[in-house]
Amino acid sequence: MSAHAHDHAEDHHDDHGHHHKETFVTKYIFSQDHKMISKQYLITGLFMGFIGIAMSLLFRMQLAWPDKTFTIYEILLGKWAEGGVMDPSVYLALVTIHGTIMVFFVLTAGLSGTFSNLLIPLQIGARDMASGFLNMISYWLFFLSSVFMVLSLFVEAGPASAGWTIYPPLSALPQAIPGSGAGMTLWLVSMAIFIASSLLGALNYIVTVINLRTKGMSMTRLPLTIWAFFVTAVIGVVSFPVLLSAALMLIMDRSFGTSFFLSDIYIAGEVLHNQGGSPVLFEHLFWFLGHPEVYIVILPAMGLVSEIMATNSRKPIFGYRAMVASILAIAFLSTIVWGHHMFISGMNPFLGSVFTFTTLLIAIPSAVKSFNWITTLWKGNLQMNPAMLFSIGFVSTFITGGLTGIILGDSALDINVHDTYFVVAHFHLVMGVSALYGLFAGVYHWFPKMFESRMLNKNLGYIHFWVTIIGAYGVFFPMHFIGMAGLPRRYYTNTNFPYFDDLADVNVVITIFALITAAAQLVFLYNFIHSMTYGKKGPKNPWKSNTLEWTAEVKHIHGNWDGPIPEVHRWSYDYSKLNKDESDYVIPGQDFIPQNIALHENEEEMNH
Amino acid sequence: MTAFLVVLVIILFGVAVWQMDKIFQMSKPKVDENSEIASDKDNNINGYLMLGLAFFTYLLLIFCFWKWGDVLLPKAASEHGGGIDNLMLITMILIFVVGFITLWLLSFFAFKYRGKKKNRALFFADNDKLEFIWTIIPVIVLAGLIIYGLFTWTDIMNVDTDDDPMVVELYAYQFNWRARYSGNDNTLGEANVRLIEGVNQLGVDVSDPNAQDDIIVTELHLPIGRKVLFKMRSQDVLHSAYMPHFRAQMNCVPGMITQFAFTPSITTAEMRLDEEIVGKVQRINKIRRDKSLELTAKGEEALEPYEFDFLLLCNKICGTNHYNMQMKIIVESQEDYEVWLATQPTFAEVIKK
Repeated sequence: MSAHAHDHAEDHHDDHGHHHKETFVTKYIFSQDHKMISKQYLITGLFMGFIGIAMSLLFRMQLAWPDKTFTIYEILLGKWAEGGVMDPSVYLALVTIHGTIMVFFVLTAGLSGTFSNLLIPLQIGARDMASGFLNMISYWLFFLSSVFMVLSLFVEAGPASAGWTIYPPLSALPQAIPGSGAGMTLWLVSMAIFIASSLLGALNYIVTVINLRTKGMSMTRLPLTIWAFFVTAVIGVVSFPVLLSAALMLIMDRSFGTSFFLSDIYIAGEVLHNQGGSPVLFEHLFWFLGHPEVYIVILPAMGLVSEIMATNSRKPIFGYRAMVASILAIAFLSTIVWGHHMFISGMNPFLGSVFTFTTLLIAIPSAVKSFNWITTLWKGNLQMNPAMLFSIGFVSTFITGGLTGIILGDSALDINVHDTYFVVAHFHLVMGVSALYGLFAGVYHWFPKMFESRMLNKNLGYIHFWVTIIGAYGVFFPMHFIGMAGLPRRYYTNTNFPYFDDLADVNVVITIFALITAAAQLVFLYNFIHSMTYGKKGPKNPWKSNTLEWTAEVKHIHGNWDGPIPEVHRWSYDYSKLNKDESDYVIPGQDFIPQNIALHENEEEMNH
Repeated sequence: MTAFLVVLVIILFGVAVWQMDKIFQMSKPKVDENSEIASDKDNNINGYLMLGLAFFTYLLLIFCFWKWGDVLLPKAASEHGGGIDNLMLITMILIFVVGFITLWLLSFFAFKYRGKKKNRALFFADNDKLEFIWTIIPVIVLAGLIIYGLFTWTDIMNVDTDDDPMVVELYAYQFNWRARYSGNDNTLGEANVRLIEGVNQLGVDVSDPNAQDDIIVTELHLPIGRKVLFKMRSQDVLHSAYMPHFRAQMNCVPGMITQFAFTPSITTAEMRLDEEIVGKVQRINKIRRDKSLELTAKGEEALEPYEFDFLLLCNKICGTNHYNMQMKIIVESQEDYEVWLATQPTFAEVIKK
């Protein structure tokens, strides 16, 4: 099949150059070129991330100094913060939109959208995605959903504020919270469009990986990045439609008087007619997406990190097959663990036991991956580029955040830490911070590929990394403690009754670290914007990497390779491979063998 | 005018910096194209910093324990709570051991194998034995944890009616709690939000004979040593009945009745004498005294000194006042409990009024 695709691609190549008169609009706006779409995803994702992080700073300040007034609140929040005092309802809105933006818009679209688009065609040796047109539609739907999400911030009664999990009845009834009016409608519309975008993207990625691999690129020769994007896309296709169904039912409950999730409700002085629905049903549907979603976020980061770590260690990734197997195992398990978000939702305790079992099983492939990354470093020749630092940082936060998952996944222990700050600390480390490190690692590593050999400034990168990792630990380590003190999350203030008064200083420490960490992101932002046009140009293959994208033209042309598509003869991890008599590298003086180099005579053949 | 001048100065300053930057750029010799790729010097510095990262995480953790170890929840005040705390301790020890070792290996390898031009990495792609070892060890350890966890969970969640637990309803609404005791018959009267009317705030069925002796209160009193079976209901949106000191939590779901049972094992009075609690109350009162000084200086009323009480908190986002949805829980001797309960009117008495 891949051979056929290759021929086809070559035909395509022959007539390229004749009819590609690109206008500004087709090149920069409605582009069907995967490289441009990838940049569009990245920049939109970073923009949304800027909003999301800014929101977190506002509510962190509120938590640290609940009885102080800040003019910045009034400037940014307007009527919801008159006199610089934050309104409780806008606090909930900030928390909700922060979660939504970070999970979906930054870590799903910004991470997987950017790098799947950039790397799938380039690393498998294809001229573009299977359908450039669908790819373009996918981005513009994402853009539209971002617009709706941002617009929802400006509606009269405020944006959605029922938490990013939008559990009904709170999210279904405007009487229950003002944000469940027009704000919630826009939220649902935005998410519905987002799901459509994500499905179009995912189908495209799957088809491309299956059909458009170049000659010789067998599945076991795929770089781990591609494996990760491929499996992520599969999970997305399996689980996102379920969220769409939940969203549709919620829309009907809200607007057309159905009772999917509502029953026996007395609110604002009257009984609602709804009967027979169950909020627990919504929780099942939501988490059937919601849990795979965290793997949709983390798997691409894992793929990027595996690739970057091997390249910068100048070593093959340790246990390639085990890495692939654990990606598949994680993907499979991720679809049967959603109930661990619902141990105390009122579902049958026996179900809780089953979900505890499946959940703790996920620790096994995760442990295998962590050990394999650590072994990849062992006896390497580590090139400490910023991307490598972020990759090592990823493993660090994945371990520290992942280990506390053993507590939360255990139903008996979950009883007392459920919905406390312990959970917040756990998932921020393991999926928030880790996935962001993956994103940053990817940006530092593939920036030259995106911007025609321009490179990010490495010293700013070092500052960015070290301040971020210290700051992030400073935020989330102490947060475990206030969680174990029993502090519930989503409290507008913790000092309304005296029991948690002694947590005030922890909250101040967390907020100060959060402010410092956010400031470090400005360094990155400056570096990014500046280097897009003024970055120093590096060599064609700056990291001496084996994968095919570095053999493609530096200048972005439609079709990626000016000549024929390279043929693949080996896997992508032949770093520091010695010749048979172990006198030198296979290619003398060069410690890497790109995938398109044929096997040498004095080289031992691997099983790839 | 001043504003204009300020803006002008800022702009000119910006232009000056930009121009200077340009001059510096131009005065520098042409750099080689590898300048943004890590050099041996970068590898060296970052290698050392990576080693420092391990120590930083350890020290941060130790610091957190030293500084904030005392904010953690005190000992469990329920019988099953000990089991949860034990499991938590075992899991925590495991986590610390694994975390300590893996973070050390990560940082140490990053330091030890930091790149040098003359070094050569080892081509080491696979080792079935190693991979088998670190697959099987987590399998065994997790199997143990899962089994222990499941036994603990089943013990807590499967309520044995042979224990003859006292049935109490916890009723959640925006933004407060009510408790309904089932009275002498230990059976709650039927209730539905559709029956809410006037003083019958919980929608209890007036015609149900079981409902007549029900007692609705705003403060939860529990006798020590008696198993209590809580039946949770919600009037409007999802709430969660979280009683951290008893290691107990269950969501309150509109349209269904959820349950959770535990046996209180320490009275409020005993808990107030507990060393940890005494320390905590002292710290909180010190904070409150300092705050009171500020308040009185401004001519406002001083804060009352704090006294420890068990709490029932709402732990599921439920609306604007979510942060203040709580109820006091008092655990006392059977006698004190009965005396208190006798002073509370039954449902029949309330309705008659």
